[in-house]
Amino acid sequence: MTALADVVAFACLLAGALLCLTAGLGLVRFPDVLSRMHAGTKPQVLGVLLVMVGAAIRLDGWANAWMLLLVAAFQLLTAPVSAHLISRVAYRRRHVRRDLLLVDELGTPGHQDDAHRGDEPGDAPPEHPAVRPAG
Amino acid sequence: MTVEPAATRLRHQVPLAVWLVLVWMLLWGTWSWANLLSGLVVALVVLVLLPLPHVVGGVRVRPAPLLAFLGHFVVDLFLSGAEVAWQALRPRGVHRTAIIQVQLRVDSDLLLTMVAEATSLVPGSLVLDLDREQRLMTLHLLPVRDRADVERKRANVLVVEERLVRAFGSAEDVAALDAARTGVTAP
Repeated sequence: MTALADVVAFACLLAGALLCLTAGLGLVRFPDVLSRMHAGTKPQVLGVLLVMVGAAIRLDGWANAWMLLLVAAFQLLTAPVSAHLISRVAYRRRHVRRDLLLVDELGTPGHQDDAHRGDEPGDAPPEHPAVRPAG
Repeated sequence: MTVEPAATRLRHQVPLAVWLVLVWMLLWGTWSWANLLSGLVVALVVLVLLPLPHVVGGVRVRPAPLLAFLGHFVVDLFLSGAEVAWQALRPRGVHRTAIIQVQLRVDSDLLLTMVAEATSLVPGSLVLDLDREQRLMTLHLLPVRDRADVERKRANVLVVEERLVRAFGSAEDVAALDAARTGVTAP
């Protein structure tokens, strides 16, 4: 029984560590900020979860397991939020490889980002300087 | 910020207080009355010093759809982890990407937040922007093969939304969802 638990825990820890490694590789290999945020959320979250499961199996006592459960829950809750914030800033600052985009519906006319709102960086002129919100 | 009766404010703070006490107990890892009492004190101090606006719109939990959502969510989590990991590893490098907008049908702050969180962890999508008034969510899709793939991923987000509404939405939310499904598709 303990041997089986050890094997499962070992598999979880190893798979989790490998997924975290691919997240790091993705950060290096992906071409722009938005793609890198994918690497920073999905394999990374899954990797952390697997490491938590492996550790929970291997560690004795419920006290540690509860703590690991909290780590997993907050990882699931916070990773998308931080990735969203960084992606949003990257898009607003035009750090987007548009040549890789198949579709870009956010850039279509009518969206508020077409208007000059005064918070773009100095090196990125507004796409439609004539459109200014009143006031 | 509008001034509410003290009773309503208290009622809105109770779930938050319960959650804070629960986190405190989990951090200690053991059950004892001392932990419960100290957790209550900490929760009250946090709620008084750092007041939050309450979330508009109630939530009711339905067990069977919740289990369905959780099951799909775990599967999606593994699929998306594996998919992005493969994109990072494969020698030919990453596929093309896309930015799309999805018209959501939910009209509740809490449910929209949940949909955004869930879609960020689902295969292929990352939330860029969420327009609260128009219920328009902007997503960045990572592995995109062709236009059909884009539409498939867009439909996938709506499926996730539907599962969440069925699990957590109020009766009005579910009714609104059904109305949107049977009627013409939203513009």
